[in-house]
Amino acid sequence: MGHGSQAEPTVTLEGVTVVYPGLTQPALSNVTLGLASGQRTALIGPNGSGKSTLLKALVGLVPLAQGCITLLGRAAAPGNPQVAYVPQRSDVDWRFPITAAGVALMGRDVHLRWPRWPSRADRALAAAALDLVDMGAYANRHIAALSGGQQQRVFLARALAQQAELLLLDEPFAGVDTATTALIFDLIDQRCAAGGTVVVATHDLATVSAHFDQVVLVRQQIIACGTPAEVLQPDLLAEAYGGPLALFHHPVAVHKHAALEPPELPLRHR
Amino acid sequence: MCIRPGKEARLDWLLDPLRYDFFVRALVVGMLLGVTCGAIGCFVVLRGMAFIGDALAHAILPGVVIAYLLGVSIVGGAVIAGVLTALLISAISRTEQVREDAAIGIVFTGAFALGIVLISRVQGYMRDLSHFLFGNILGIAPGDMYVTAAITLVVLLGLALWYRELLVSSFDPGHARAIGLRLGPLHLGLTTLLALTVVGGIQAVGVVLVAALLVTPAATARLLTDRLPVMIGLAAALGCGAAVIGLYASYYIAIASGGAVVLTSTLIFVLVLLLAPQRGVVARWNAQRAQSF
Repeated sequence: MGHGSQAEPTVTLEGVTVVYPGLTQPALSNVTLGLASGQRTALIGPNGSGKSTLLKALVGLVPLAQGCITLLGRAAAPGNPQVAYVPQRSDVDWRFPITAAGVALMGRDVHLRWPRWPSRADRALAAAALDLVDMGAYANRHIAALSGGQQQRVFLARALAQQAELLLLDEPFAGVDTATTALIFDLIDQRCAAGGTVVVATHDLATVSAHFDQVVLVRQQIIACGTPAEVLQPDLLAEAYGGPLALFHHPVAVHKHAALEPPELPLRHR
Repeated sequence: MCIRPGKEARLDWLLDPLRYDFFVRALVVGMLLGVTCGAIGCFVVLRGMAFIGDALAHAILPGVVIAYLLGVSIVGGAVIAGVLTALLISAISRTEQVREDAAIGIVFTGAFALGIVLISRVQGYMRDLSHFLFGNILGIAPGDMYVTAAITLVVLLGLALWYRELLVSSFDPGHARAIGLRLGPLHLGLTTLLALTVVGGIQAVGVVLVAALLVTPAATARLLTDRLPVMIGLAAALGCGAAVIGLYASYYIAIASGGAVVLTSTLIFVLVLLLAPQRGVVARWNAQRAQSF
């Protein structure tokens, strides 16, 4: 599935503006961005900055007021087999009679023609995806009998079973343990090494510089876009988050007592 | 001479009612409906559509009355009224000014009232209305048996062909949208199949009890498994079994057949709720006790 050339962006957003019905302020305004094959991109910004909206726009789940999004030469629209998306909190019926294997198998539906009955090969891909997230032993467990981190892994397996070029993860590290976090980073690296493109919306600024090639700082519009070292600058972060931000592991840390701020707590003002 | 009942004698009580054509027809229709209602009932239970099933049953009354007045097939009139009701509910809730449950409440009571008003202008229809309300499975005409068979075929085929779409959209509507499934038409299609099923069910147990055929076997099956295909198979088997047991009970102890079928289903549900291996009340109580020691 490797794409080869780095020069041609896999995904381009041009002047993308999203306005939700009933709201006057756009959720996203004039966003122009390119994502190359093999690139790991982190989307950062405060709550309500439009990170989730940007991912949904890439899936084609929100209408664009202006601009266009092109994925591998096609306009963004639901049902693109080359786009796999793991939402922040899956809005699923946890009492539904389905096992982990059944959830992973749903990653194959987008590839199948109606009536979409999965083949043996589809089941094998779903089982392999569960193994990738270390959930092979839990394949026959009911989805509600799993812990939060295990559920997150199963939904990741569903996205992996889709074998899409573009993998979109919305806050995959929220509420998961360190082992799961490490596993998700490993999988992101593997996907990108194989030529895939991965975009992750995250609040965990401390891990961004170690694990991503490109960082996009958004607050309705793109405030900065570039390498982690270029974007994780105090003045840029202050502009996005509305105040000086203390950051652990900061490459150009200026504060003597830099501390890791929990992502959802108010940012430190000095 | 020693009289010991042979194998044939022991089967007599099973075979005896089968001498009557009406009983055979009732058995065939009851089993077909048990399978159909059980299977579609799984999606009714999982998607929280029990109210819509009940509403569709009431809303077909005007179709039945108009068909009677025109002298055309009553089942045909019921099917048309059921599908129209499904379309109307969908159209009203799509305006997004009224919630779907409110739209259902408005449409079905309105339609039922229209049926009552029409009936009040027709002389001598009261006997048939009681069949409509309480079912008349022992009085099913051969033609209606074929209609029920056709309904079974259409509904089971529909469920098989849209199985994946129904599965994905029932479990995770967000994922369904992301992979390009159109949820509105899918829901409308399921509601239409439900309308067909309900028309069949009314012949057997009537408007008032048809929701039981949809909900009870499916809810019972859910207590016994964590897999949708198994749940569908179990619900169909339970629906079918309840129809057979209920009909024999109504034959031997002379009770209302529709009520007997539903009551059998209810009793099985209560037994399973108490005794199911993992989710049953007794099993959970034992597990709790084991934990506290």
